[in-house]
Parts: sequence; structure tokens; C-alpha cells
Amino acid sequence: MLADQDRIFTNLYGVHDWRLPAARARGDWDGTKALLEKGQDWIIAEMKASGLRGRGGAGFPTGLKWSFMPKTSDGRPSYLVVNADEGEPGTCKDRDMMRHDPHKLVEGCLIAGFAMRAVAAYIYIRGEFYREAEVLQGAIDEAYEAGLIGRNACGSGYDFDIFLHRGAGAYICGEETALIESLEGKKGQPRLKPPFPANVGVWGCPTTVNNVESIAVAPTILRRGAAWFSGIGRPNNTGTKVFCISGHVERPCNVEEAMGIPLRELVEKYAGGVRGGWDNLLAVIPGGSSVPVIPKSICDGVLMDFDSLKAEKTGLGTAAVIVMDKSTDIVKAIARLSKFYKHESCGQCTPCREGTGWMWRVMERLVKGQADVAEIDLLLDVTYEVEGHTICALGDAAAWPIQGLIRHFRPEIERRIEQYKSARAA
Amino acid sequence: MSEQSDTGPFAFSAADEVLAKAIVAKYPAGRQQSAVMPLLDLAQRRLDGRLSQAAIEYVAQYLGMPRIRVMEVVSFYTMYNTGPVGRHLVQVCTTTPCWLRGSDAIVAACEAHLGVTCGETTADGAFTLREVECLGACVNAPMMQIGDDYYEDLDPQSVVRVLKALGQGEAPPAGSQSGRQTSAPAGGPTTLTTLGSPGVAGE
Repeated sequence: MLADQDRIFTNLYGVHDWRLPAARARGDWDGTKALLEKGQDWIIAEMKASGLRGRGGAGFPTGLKWSFMPKTSDGRPSYLVVNADEGEPGTCKDRDMMRHDPHKLVEGCLIAGFAMRAVAAYIYIRGEFYREAEVLQGAIDEAYEAGLIGRNACGSGYDFDIFLHRGAGAYICGEETALIESLEGKKGQPRLKPPFPANVGVWGCPTTVNNVESIAVAPTILRRGAAWFSGIGRPNNTGTKVFCISGHVERPCNVEEAMGIPLRELVEKYAGGVRGGWDNLLAVIPGGSSVPVIPKSICDGVLMDFDSLKAEKTGLGTAAVIVMDKSTDIVKAIARLSKFYKHESCGQCTPCREGTGWMWRVMERLVKGQADVAEIDLLLDVTYEVEGHTICALGDAAAWPIQGLIRHFRPEIERRIEQYKSARAA
Repeated sequence: MSEQSDTGPFAFSAADEVLAKAIVAKYPAGRQQSAVMPLLDLAQRRLDGRLSQAAIEYVAQYLGMPRIRVMEVVSFYTMYNTGPVGRHLVQVCTTTPCWLRGSDAIVAACEAHLGVTCGETTADGAFTLREVECLGACVNAPMMQIGDDYYEDLDPQSVVRVLKALGQGEAPPAGSQSGRQTSAPAGGPTTLTTLGSPGVAGE
């Protein structure tokens, strides 16, 4: 079990005040100037050595991402953009960081922005997080007031601005290029890559988009050292992680734990266990709605990190653990996600625009068993036609939950079809 | 309320003009289009939650954008309303994590109490009820958003309590309705308990 001393988000639950004096008492903004004085190369090397992988879902190494930014400007300014458009069903971690520990994010913006030679950070927060935006703006204002950001930030000689930008309701804007389009004042429709944002991002300028958690953990990693962070978890899956445990558990909660904690331990130790006990578990979606569901037999032993979950053909994603006990209509649970992706498809790519609706309609029939057994394979085939054939990963995200369902619960789908047929015959 | 805002002329007040200028100043020179979302939000708040054609036109002119580009933004994002909206916009999340925790019963309780179905507004214009996708408070499911506030850890009784209070002009406290500490497990945090009380204001 991770010791409290090794937890980064020491005000995760908002028991304490979020404002600057309290944040400072928790260690935020401690020696920031000295960290900056170590230089861009040191910061990026340290982030690489920490093994931190992006906390927004894709798990790309954060330090490496920062290193892609230009070291000398061709005349264009560089920008850091923070993806605070949290909306992956099951996920509610960034919200806690922003409303309860906002100075970790604000300080992280300065350090990350400095490391990538950016002139400013834009934090794109989902529009529905109005109260969270109020707190975060309050923290930004405090940081300006105290000279921590703005001109000569922390007395470092570096000028750095932080701006908050509220979204207006669109899951797709969590995709980095859609987010950039949205920040430019357009519909949030993803861009083709290349060019990648580090070359052509917001307003045509070099841009790095990072998740809230990836940025908010950076100051603590640099203060305590890469070796401390990389000593937690397993190789290639290092550090601490805020997990969100929702669904059929006794006490749903967020908790920061070590990467690689066994799923069962996470659920039983922190969330009071599965409703009715571990043996009442049916399945878990381990990393937010986009990743494939896994049955109890896999949940029994799997570890909560990138590589362990990938080996089970699912993923860590945002580390949002959605627990379903044996009372769950598993087909309906996944069909509801299909409806979500149909609603959230931006409509730009035909396989996604048409495919998400088509898949949802078939899923709704499978809930009732109103289908032919052959349609299961037809549906599976269509998921593969959508996956990988769209500009962004929303098509993949719509396909994977259905693939997971068919992989592990095909007998249940077939049972319903048989039941529906015999009811009709009778 | 809504009829008038749909037809009347629109302009920012002097105070809002100051706010609008500060918003535009957040973005680099020549990139004022980036301000379209916050300016639409500002306008909508002044129009009781519903954007009028005049307001859309006004924002377009304010930012030097073709009106169709602003319309594209208005119609793309779910938080802009061009139809009638009640004084209280009640949005119940029904995506899987909330559904697993009983969002069907929350929707039913709202519909029964308000006498409308999802997508409708009560006859007195007080409430609009909507079903929405994940609002990102999944460990406090089921939940709903009313106006700018989240009401979490709901059951049918607490839903009715909140709606009744709003109907009587009160401001029921937002957040967990079961009394728990934000996203900590029910009964209180089981981590971060050995650090003393770091960062209490005034220390």
C-alpha cells in the first residue's frame, strides 16, 4: 500500500483549503525558482527518467513529448495546452485535482511550459465544470498576484501566462486536435496528423497538449526526484496514479495508489469491495468507457497498469474502474456506451458517423435478443471496419467496448437470441 | 422570458463590455475568434439561458466572424441553447456509471415530480429536464447538474427534496446529497489520514 507520504494529491478530497497559503503549507510552490534554474534540459531529462506516462489515456511518455518542442523559435511562439476536458465515462480525477489541489496544476503549467519554452499555457476545462473553473481561476489569480506566474515568474526572469478556457459540452474536444480546433473558436473536429501539434498546433504554433494529471504531478516529481517516482510501480509503469472506482462497489471513491496495484486489492481496500462480495463480480471496465470490459476471471489477478491490462487485451486508459456485479445487464451496460459514442461522434469521418449509430442500433436489438446469431459476427466485423479507419480514436473507442463484450460474453448474447426466438415461437 | 429574448435586440452592457474585452485579451492578437465560446456563454447567461439570433449575430460582429461560423459553434456544443429553457436547467446523467447506480430511478423521480418528460419544460417555465451524457462525477453517481451546480449521490428522495427547494426559491446545497466528503469513500477518507492537517488556512 502506498504510504500517505508518497501521495502527491494530499488534498484530493478537499478536506483542506485550496488557496495559496494552504497549498504552500502542503509543499506547492516550494523552491520553484530553483527548479527552473536547473534548466530545460535537466527538467526534461528528469521527467524522462521518472518514467511518467501520460495520464489522459494514451500513456505516451511525458518527458519525451516535451522534448519534441522546438528548442529555438522560428518566430512562432510555443504553447502548452492542458487537456482538462475530462469526460471519459467513469473518469472524475482531474475534477478533484482542479477543485481541491489547483496550485499543483498551476505550478506544473509554469514548469512544463518553461521546459518546452512556451510563452503561455491554455487550460481547456470542460464547460460543465463551472465551479471547478471558478476555483482554478482563483488559483491562477493568486499565482499572478504572488508573482509566481506572469512577468518574471517566481523571480526566474521567465515570463509565462496561464489562461483558462471553458469548453461548452463536447466529449470529442478531449481529443487533442479537436481541443485545439475548439480553442481556436471552431467546432471541435479533429485534425489529420501529421502535422503533429508540436509542429503545427494552436494558431499554427508549436503546441504540446497534456492531461491535467500529467502536468500536476510534475512539480512533485522534480522536487522529490525521478528516482522516487520511478521507484513506485513497475518498470515502464511507474509512479502513482489517481484511480476512480465507480459502479457496483460498496463505497465508490477516488484514490491515489501505486501503479500496478492489483485490481482486486484496489476495489476491496479502498472501495469497500464489490457489492455482495468479490464472488458477486461479473465484470470490470478498468480504464474508462473506451477500453474493453474484462470478466471476473481476469479481474481476479490483473494488475492496474498499462502493460498488465494491455496483455489482457484491454487498457489502463484513464484508470477509471467501472465495476459491475452479477445483477448487471452487461449487454445493456455496453449498449449504453454505444449510445454515448453515437451521441459524441463529431460526424467528420463516415465510418464513425455512420458506424456508431449502426453499432448502437444493433446493440439495442442484442439487449432484447432480437437478432440473428450471425449478426454477432457481423457486428464484430463492423467494429473492425470502424477501428483504425477514422481521423481520431473516437471510432476505436466506440468499437472496443463492443469487441470486449463479444470476446467475453458471447454466450450471454446468444442466450438472449435463443430466448427471444423461443418466446416468439411459443 | 424566452419569447422576448428570441426577438429582441442584443448588446453587451457596459459592464459586460469590460468582461468581453478581458476575454478577448486572453488570446493572441488577431486570434479573437478564440473568444467565441466564452462570449456566447456570456450572452446566454444574460438571456436567461437561451441564445437569440440577435445575440449570435452580435457576437459574430463583435469578433469579425461570419455568422455561419458562430452558428456552427452554437449548434456543435451541447451547452448552447437556442430553444426555450426553464429558470432551472436540470440535466440528469444516464451514462453507464450513473446508470449502474440507478439513474433510471433518478430520471423517473424528476419526471414524476416535475410532470414533464426529458426534453420538456414545465408549464410555469421553472424547470427544463434533460437527459445528458457523462458529466464526470462518476464516483458520486447517480448525479445531476442544475444550472452551474452538481448534485451527487442522489436517490429519488433527495432528488425531490432538491427540486422542491428550488421550486420554492431556495438554494439547496450542491454536492453530495448523502453527506459524504466529495469523492472520498462514504464514511470518510481511508487515505491521507496520517498527514495531520496540512494546509489548513491560517497555519
